[in-house]
Amino acid sequence: MFSRKEILETIDMVEKEHFDVRTITMGISLLPCIRDDAKTTADLCYDRICKKAEKIVSVAQDLEDEFGVPIINKRVSITPASLLTSSFCGKEVVLAKALDKAAKTVGVDFLGGYSALVQKGMTSYEKSFIESIPEALAVTDRMCSSVNVGSSKAGINMDAVGLMGKIIKQTAELTKDRDGFGCAKLVVFCNAVEDNPFMAGAFHGVGEGETVINVGVSGPGVVHHALKSMKGASVEDIAETIKKTAFKITRTGQLIAKEASKRLSAEFGIVDLSLAPTPVMGDSVAHILEEIGLDSVGGHGTTAALAMLNDAVKKGGVMASSNVGGLSGAFIPVSEDIGMIRAAEKGAITLSKLEAMTCVCSVGIDMVAVPGDTPATTLSGMIADEAAIGMINNKTTAVRVIPVPGKGVGESVEFGGLLGSAPIMAVSPYGCKAFIERGGRMPAPIHSNKN
Amino acid sequence: MKAIVTVIGKDKPGIIAKVSTCLAENNVNIEDISQTIMQGNFTMIMQCGFENASTSLIEIKGRLVELGEKIGVSIHVQHEDIFNAMHKI
Repeated sequence: MFSRKEILETIDMVEKEHFDVRTITMGISLLPCIRDDAKTTADLCYDRICKKAEKIVSVAQDLEDEFGVPIINKRVSITPASLLTSSFCGKEVVLAKALDKAAKTVGVDFLGGYSALVQKGMTSYEKSFIESIPEALAVTDRMCSSVNVGSSKAGINMDAVGLMGKIIKQTAELTKDRDGFGCAKLVVFCNAVEDNPFMAGAFHGVGEGETVINVGVSGPGVVHHALKSMKGASVEDIAETIKKTAFKITRTGQLIAKEASKRLSAEFGIVDLSLAPTPVMGDSVAHILEEIGLDSVGGHGTTAALAMLNDAVKKGGVMASSNVGGLSGAFIPVSEDIGMIRAAEKGAITLSKLEAMTCVCSVGIDMVAVPGDTPATTLSGMIADEAAIGMINNKTTAVRVIPVPGKGVGESVEFGGLLGSAPIMAVSPYGCKAFIERGGRMPAPIHSNKN
Repeated sequence: MKAIVTVIGKDKPGIIAKVSTCLAENNVNIEDISQTIMQGNFTMIMQCGFENASTSLIEIKGRLVELGEKIGVSIHVQHEDIFNAMHKI
């Protein structure tokens, strides 16, 4: 029997501290669906997703009821779609529509994997695929897209970096009736991982099995609560408490992941140790940092506090799961975290500080709204900077930025739900057009040569 | 399969009687029970065996939650594995 304290602690984590399993994501290989015309491929993909993920929503509901832990999102990730569309360039959107329809049929919140991996080179069919992304995101609701433009092993594909600046601008323009919402479903990565359960960047890598369950846990509120009673404690003690809390959170993720994979006849993939905030009060990573002792997130000391938090979460989580993967770190999306939103509104956090923070945590410049007239090459510059941080530090970095059409600094944008709202942040007025237009490939760093 | 049933709420006569009657009606066995008053709140924790239960845990949970609403207490029913996962290494 468990002690009363243990049982009530678990119940309080859910009832008062917003503890939940953020996502159960089913990765599905769509390689068997490749045909040489768009409609047949799209139909086969639709059927395969509907068959494999048929029970994901009902199984998640059962697990939520049995264990008493909310499971917020049910998602599907697929083989990077650029691998499926090589023989029907120009008609990629046919597939996008089928994927969106499949997501709606099985009832998942999002489907990720309208993706291309072009970190070293870009084929003609991958270029055509990437050019289809703005329209694909405009005509679908639940489909997410990502493009990997760099890696520690390959360097940075600056042609792709240049192209993605334009693609983000076009996506914003095609979804301007929704304040550029399409860009909230588009991530540009360096060192993208193949087993990420989180959106918008989830895809099912080619190194993965046929059907895999990956689980992302959450719990900023639980960590925050644990630290509330530690006024004046040393940083070492704070780190220790975060570790213990992360262990408990992750063990739950492991339990749910194992059980979900058994019931869905899929392999258990990984548990992603990320601390993922939501815009709800009491579920904020920024507020943890402020509890640690910052006047506001974004001020001096933020990077150090975040580094400690991120590391302690990993140390606690690693022992709790047999397989850790995905992005595994503290997320700092601006629009999805009430503490980050407030800090951005009062000017406490800037893009420069965000960039520094991404050196020590997951994942990058995430859900940041910028003025609609930001040049494409400046967006590419932001992507290049993040990719460089990822490449040099052997970590995943990303950019998910929304140049909100017709809006500027001082205004804000509302995306709703988990995506939240964001004040529009200032970008540097100094451009980098000539740098981006050089194109080519940034060579891999010296430490990539480990053999 | 075992589950932990937790009952929390304002103390009043008959809570244990009503909750255990509901469990008995569904052929759920109470294997361990502890009850106390914490900060004025009635808190009861039961370890229950669902091996011979007349229906699924989810269905019985629904009945207990409904009962809780009727008598003004909050009732949780959770598979014991969640506590094993969190609190045992």
